Amino acid sequence: MVPLSWYLGLSALLFTIGAVGVFIKRNAITIFLCIELMLNAVNLTLVSLSGFFGDVGGQLFVFIVMTVAAAEAAVGLAIIISIFRNRESLNVDEVDTLKL
Amino acid sequence: MLAGIILAPLAGAAILGLFGKRMGERLIGLIACSTVAVSAFLSFYLFFQHRTSLEHGEKFYQYLFTWISVGSFRADASLLLDSLSGIYILFITFVGFWIHVFATGYMRGDKGYWRFFAYMNLFMFSMLTLVLADNFLMMFVGWEGVGLCSYLLIGYYFLKDFANDAAKKAFVVNRIGDFGFALGVMLLFSKAGSIFYFDDSSRGIHGAFNWAMAQASDPLGWSAISAGGITTIAVLLFVGATGKSAQIPLYVWLPDAMAGPTPVSALIHAATMVTAGVYMVARASSIYTHAPTAMLIVAIIGAATALFAATIGLAQWDIKKVLAYSTISQLGYMFLACGVGAFGAGIFHVFTHAFFKALLFLGSGSVIIGMHHEQDMRRMGGLKKYMPATFATMFVGWLAISGVPLLSGFFSKDEILFSSFTTDVLPGWWPTLLWAIGAITALLTAVYMTRLMVLTFWGREKSQSAETAPVAHSTASDSQHHARHPHESPPSMVLPLVVLAIGAALAGYLGVPEGLSGGKIPNYFERLLEPSISRPGQTAHGAEMTTATPRPNEAAGESTHLSAAEDQSLEFKLTLISSIIAILGIGLGWVWFNRKPLWQPPRLLEQKYYVDEIYDAAVVQPIKQGSTGVLWKIVDVHIIDGAVNGAGHLASMLGGAMRYVQSGLARSYVAVLVLGALLIIGYFVVR
Repeated sequence: MVPLSWYLGLSALLFTIGAVGVFIKRNAITIFLCIELMLNAVNLTLVSLSGFFGDVGGQLFVFIVMTVAAAEAAVGLAIIISIFRNRESLNVDEVDTLKL
Repeated sequence: MLAGIILAPLAGAAILGLFGKRMGERLIGLIACSTVAVSAFLSFYLFFQHRTSLEHGEKFYQYLFTWISVGSFRADASLLLDSLSGIYILFITFVGFWIHVFATGYMRGDKGYWRFFAYMNLFMFSMLTLVLADNFLMMFVGWEGVGLCSYLLIGYYFLKDFANDAAKKAFVVNRIGDFGFALGVMLLFSKAGSIFYFDDSSRGIHGAFNWAMAQASDPLGWSAISAGGITTIAVLLFVGATGKSAQIPLYVWLPDAMAGPTPVSALIHAATMVTAGVYMVARASSIYTHAPTAMLIVAIIGAATALFAATIGLAQWDIKKVLAYSTISQLGYMFLACGVGAFGAGIFHVFTHAFFKALLFLGSGSVIIGMHHEQDMRRMGGLKKYMPATFATMFVGWLAISGVPLLSGFFSKDEILFSSFTTDVLPGWWPTLLWAIGAITALLTAVYMTRLMVLTFWGREKSQSAETAPVAHSTASDSQHHARHPHESPPSMVLPLVVLAIGAALAGYLGVPEGLSGGKIPNYFERLLEPSISRPGQTAHGAEMTTATPRPNEAAGESTHLSAAEDQSLEFKLTLISSIIAILGIGLGWVWFNRKPLWQPPRLLEQKYYVDEIYDAAVVQPIKQGSTGVLWKIVDVHIIDGAVNGAGHLASMLGGAMRYVQSGLARSYVAVLVLGALLIIGYFVVR
């Protein structure tokens, strides 16, 4: 039996990788993947804690997060494609027309 | 039935107002006159059907619906017919009908024919509502309604600046009075707990007048005015009356109101609307009889106005202005009567005045039309030959208003003079002084009316040689006078003149003073009004006023009162004096104004004592200056606009500072997000 702390450590690691990726990457798709990574790190936390406490609520919540993530992926990818069509680039630093 | 009286003209106004534009003149005239005729017919029918009950003081109610019911406040849309309102609806609908008929001729060919008659019908509705209301709020509805119609009709020729100015002036001045009236009603409600006139057990309401009757009368003294009691109520209500009935100090709108068409001047500004104030005071007589100070004020204001306006009337050149000042003066008479406690005499004068003043105004309208819209009397003269019917009818009106014996004005004026001489309401030498003022006014009335008649109908024809005459203020000075002769008016205008002339001659016989017949013929008018109005008690300045006693004459024999026989011989003497005054006035006027170089009135009189100028300097200009200098340039520009612009400026400054947050770098947003999340988590961890 793997102790709980390993699960939590792994998810913290994955979350940090995701967060750092969002910080340092410029490619929109990469950032998007990093966000997914963070979401799934949280999912892992929820599932492991659910098992630890014997409460099925955590697992149910994961399903909801996955659903939202799927929807978000659809919308996000559509936006990314639209940006690419307009700008021929996926560099987020260049997408700055909303600033003054 | 009662509702029909007020609803018929309303229906007429609605039809004419909504569809009148597409109708022909004949149809419009027919609708306007027939709706008033319906109301006149209903009024006469109801009055004569219930005549004996009305004499006995019975009251007929018609409850329509409860208008407002909040807490203890209740106001119904309900109508009341008693002898006071009965008399009013009779002459309003009768005179109103004939003036409508006259107007169909007078307004012929006018573009706004339908508009004119829609307003006139609306006016009839409002006036009848005012009179038939059974509580003060309904009365106020009518009160404001007639004010509105008066405004609309004075400004009827809205393309002319002077008409617009006059309309605005009338509205604003009336508003000052209405303010007092509204305050009076509010105070009455807070004291009496009701705004209904009388108790009505079938609806379970208590009347304010029944409350007033139960009060001890206020002492005579100026402090009673500000004490917030019954005297304050009476004085506030009288402020309303001074506005509507053109008394000092709020009379200034009425002469200017002559800018409206002449039938309007006859109906609204002579016969009916301006007597609403007298109606209200007589209606609230049970309040006034308990407020001797207010009575004194009413009498003083009335007498002062009567004299003041009569002197101005002597010096006016515009035929309608003379009549306007004459109206103000006669209204003063009516208030004088109310002030000395002779409410019946006041209403009687309202009644006779409605006939002869409507007649004189319509006659002047006929003259104006005949002279092709000339109003300056200096350009008239010798019209007797050209306009015999107008001359004959105005002749009757002239004698009636001058108080020549056996015509209507004589009886009512005499009644007022007698009442003011013998009143026991006022202390000391007041009765004699008021009588003297009234008598002088009667003399002046005869003089200025004679002047009007002499200048207009007698003497040389001036219409052809008018180029040399000085022109002061004529509305149509565009030299229409040559090659056009004065002409008599059409039958639709002459017939009302004849009817009103008969009324002016005979209306007085309803109330022949008892002294003249040696007490054999009772004064029918007074007897009819007796139950509806309250009389001051016998003890004038005592604490107990037994207003419920029928009338002082019957209760005579007390030491304070003259015996009936003495009363009658005194009345006979006073009547003789006023007859002599009337004849003297006419003779004086005849001699004075037939002189060859026309009497040039003093400038002070011709300029109406400069009252308009004084008001302008004392009231209008300070308000104007204050509004421009303080309210506009300081309060509006700096404070109000400053606050509004300041708010906008603040928002844009904040935005300018905040814009640096929006860098456009997606990763900087993420950094803020993560830092924020860390801060929140850190807070929970550390705590």
